[in-house]
Amino acid sequence: MAAENVKPRTRRRRWGSTVAGALVLAVMLFPLYWMLDTALQPEAGLLEVDPVPHRLDLSGFTKALDDQGGHLLTSLLVSLGAVVICLAIAAPAAYGLARFRLRGTRTIVFGTLITQMVPGIVIANALYTSYVDLGLVNSYFGLMLADASLGIPFSIVLMRSFMQSIPGEVIEAAEMDGAGRLRTFLRVVLPMSRNSLITSGLFAFLFSWSDFMFALTLNTTDDVKPVTLGIYQYIGAHVGDWGSVMAASVLSAVPAAILLVLAQKYIAAGITGGSVK
Amino acid sequence: MTTPTVTARGAAPTAGVPAAARPRYRRRLAQWGFVAPAVLFMLLFFGYPLVRNVVMSFQHYTPKTFFTGEAPLNGFDNWSAVFRDALFGKALWHTLVFTAGSLLGQFCAGLALAVFFTRRFPLNGVLRSLILLPWLVPMVVSGIVWRRILDQDTGVLNSFLDAIGLDGHTPWLTSPHMALLSVILVNIWIGIPFNMVILYGGLQEVPRELYEAAALDGASAWRTFRSITLPTLRPVITVVLVLGFMSTVKILDLILALTDGGPADATQTLGTLTYQNSFVRLDFGAGAVVGNVLILISAVFAVFYLRANRTEGK
Repeated sequence: MAAENVKPRTRRRRWGSTVAGALVLAVMLFPLYWMLDTALQPEAGLLEVDPVPHRLDLSGFTKALDDQGGHLLTSLLVSLGAVVICLAIAAPAAYGLARFRLRGTRTIVFGTLITQMVPGIVIANALYTSYVDLGLVNSYFGLMLADASLGIPFSIVLMRSFMQSIPGEVIEAAEMDGAGRLRTFLRVVLPMSRNSLITSGLFAFLFSWSDFMFALTLNTTDDVKPVTLGIYQYIGAHVGDWGSVMAASVLSAVPAAILLVLAQKYIAAGITGGSVK
Repeated sequence: MTTPTVTARGAAPTAGVPAAARPRYRRRLAQWGFVAPAVLFMLLFFGYPLVRNVVMSFQHYTPKTFFTGEAPLNGFDNWSAVFRDALFGKALWHTLVFTAGSLLGQFCAGLALAVFFTRRFPLNGVLRSLILLPWLVPMVVSGIVWRRILDQDTGVLNSFLDAIGLDGHTPWLTSPHMALLSVILVNIWIGIPFNMVILYGGLQEVPRELYEAAALDGASAWRTFRSITLPTLRPVITVVLVLGFMSTVKILDLILALTDGGPADATQTLGTLTYQNSFVRLDFGAGAVVGNVLILISAVFAVFYLRANRTEGK
């Protein structure tokens, strides 16, 4: 039923729901608004903050960029690396588990589900000692690997269920034409699975970008410090300078906001698809 | 079920057969080539830590261990030391309260919002996707923002309460009596979007005809909700709660950012205690003990999850 055909009273009630929804949204997003508001009033310091910034003061942001810019880059680098590792490992596995009748497929899928339930701090606990032995502490690659572990099980589950829906005939046709297994995977399966690849990559990025625990535990020096760890240590040292702390927080939340706007359909698909399974 | 990906499950996997000329074992080997890296990775990053934690919980770890590499076995010393410490009981209790409180709050608010968004009204989709934002922001950042909002003297929550004539001096995070409640409230805020999205997806699957039939029978809104919506939604509810449990029971970053486990250990949980033992006190054996307890609790719920998953997938 199109909105134009609705009786005026019903239509009014519908806009009433919109107003109610907007109010709920305002309450839910208030902390994020407050973060931005505080960031724009750096000199307010420990004093109370105006509900609306009267004049925009960007000095909090320049300071935050000075202090945290490098950590933002670290986060970006580590997250992109984690995405690459995650997809490179998860996509073939998802295909193999969806297509080939390998003995042990059920066990592996079962194991994949289980791994999503292992508390991260337990992994970090054991990983740290091995990382020390392997020289992976304080290294970009070490953190990328650990962060990739956040996305791999999720991505396997998500992509596998997608790849199961690719008609077998399509794949057989490609192989009839003489394409090898690997070529079929690269040229036929991956392009067809584009959406699930994007969703998986997006979530691997978000998991890695939000990671705090591995950043905290697998690094003992300041060499590899993502922005989550940077901000955490920032409040320790700058508790009076909330303007800069909030500006840094805003900067660290920007990728999430951008991704939400650009890729909301993938995000919704990821939250439901990856978890309800 | 809620997503196209799930319905796809019914499609039987067909094996890639064409390269029939090749010997069978070579075909198998090539096929394993796709899966092996992931299996290896998961064994290294999940299997190995699980085993290692059990072993470590029987070892005497000191900061010296990292230089000498020596961590002698010490039987149940770590276990008895951890269990004898009053802090362990406290942390266990806090974990249970934190998890139960968070789940209850997130679920109820998420369900209410999900039901609300099943109405058709302008801008529904935009509002619904913007509500996701808190869930996407790194948890440690949310924690820090809330720490500012909940500040006793200069936080906006107390100024607001003052302005409307309520007690504006609540020590949200600095009083041992309030801190755990505050941390739970913040975690509820973080969890609402996730609950809402999944429950909303589940609600989309409830057959329209059931509602029409209920309307014909003159059932009240509450009755319809209780007799149609909730039963149809039950599998999704199970999954939401179990997944919520899994992610809540191990939360570390939020608590560290808000209170660091304080004041007076009022917000110390099994997760933060594992961290404190291992990475602050550098007693990895004691950390491993608490970690193992955490795993044990998770394992119990993993069984629930797999049960729920199985009944649904088949």
